[in-house]
Amino acid sequence: MNTSTEISEKKIRSLLEEVKDPEVPVLSVLDLGIVREINLNEDGIEIKITPTFSACPAMDVIRINIEMVLTSHGYKNVKVVQVLSPAWTTDWMSEEGKRKLKEYGIAPPNPKQQVCHQELFVQDEAVQCPRCDSYHTHRVSEFGSTPCKALYVCDNCKEPFEYFKSH
Amino acid sequence: MNVLIDYTLHLADNSLILAQRNSEWCGHGPALEQDIAITNISLDLIGQARFFYQYSATLIGNEATEDSLAYLRTEREYRNCLLVEQPNGDWAQTILRQFFFSQYQFLLFQHLQDSNDEQIAAISVKTLKEVSYHLRWSSEWVIRLGDGTDESHKRIMKAIDELWMYTGEMFQPASYELQAAEERIGTDVSSLKEPWTNSVNDIFQRATLTLPPDRNGKFFQTGGKDGKHTEHLGYILSDLQYMQRTYPGNEW
Repeated sequence: MNTSTEISEKKIRSLLEEVKDPEVPVLSVLDLGIVREINLNEDGIEIKITPTFSACPAMDVIRINIEMVLTSHGYKNVKVVQVLSPAWTTDWMSEEGKRKLKEYGIAPPNPKQQVCHQELFVQDEAVQCPRCDSYHTHRVSEFGSTPCKALYVCDNCKEPFEYFKSH
Repeated sequence: MNVLIDYTLHLADNSLILAQRNSEWCGHGPALEQDIAITNISLDLIGQARFFYQYSATLIGNEATEDSLAYLRTEREYRNCLLVEQPNGDWAQTILRQFFFSQYQFLLFQHLQDSNDEQIAAISVKTLKEVSYHLRWSSEWVIRLGDGTDESHKRIMKAIDELWMYTGEMFQPASYELQAAEERIGTDVSSLKEPWTNSVNDIFQRATLTLPPDRNGKFFQTGGKDGKHTEHLGYILSDLQYMQRTYPGNEW
């Protein structure tokens, strides 16, 4: 890679910071860890992204938004390609992203080793309340308002909150 | 190539039809959290279906798209197994159908992760994570209903009577499944029967339920994978396809 493409890739990354998850607008696509590759050539730009959850409707919007942001900054022939393998995991979410999620009121995902046991009726993961930091919380439902979230209630401050599932 | 198309359409149809069935619960679940759960599962299944349809469409070429495959094929062209098109019935029947199917998918996708076909392998790895949620959730519900009240026990028993005859088909390979298995694109579904039965039996025991006797599979209904469906599929498709059939090419 020569210096000029390094500079352009840096520029593109800074523009991608502007593309947010429409469901969780504090997170950029970079925070989410879904940008797999940025390829530059004479013909244009190819950006490879990977879906979070299989049917997340936000993915289509994200794809369109990436194209719009880059096109509006003068880039031509922007192509966003979906790749499935390796499968996305919340472990790819940036630490910055996790911090922003918590500030936004959504408990960030725990590291993956605790996730989705096959055993039934397992003890809930220890999820920290994003408001009062208590671990004295319990799960209300494994499924929430979007595929990526579960519903919790804090037993300390009594606030209900959402948890971004470790996946 | 045709085998691969048939095979991916079969996988897609299974997911889409069960998704459509589950989505009928939207706004009607027994409790808000469970309403959200069953519709979330629906959404995951639509996601699986989309991956497989998109892949089929690229293999078919021409003008085929994921939408044309879902909205413009007739029931004879659908290759889903009979289990997924069965009516929702009550909550017990919906739960049991999901449990039987998730247990099947859980085993199937574990094998398909090693498919010779890269795209099928990638989709399987991706969706297996979600299927794990579905399996755990539906298993817990089977236990809760079976080992719950007299009423819930009675209802899940009735659901077993209604649905058991459709379980055998999952393990009787269609011609394209046999060929896909031979080419190591797919897997031999008959080999999944034993682990499936053992896992179902394990949950049933914890749910104080008994597995129906194995009458050498004599009463199992088949045909869905080859396009011969129960009467229900026509109604499902007329609902699902109404807009595209009435206003061709209409967009959201």
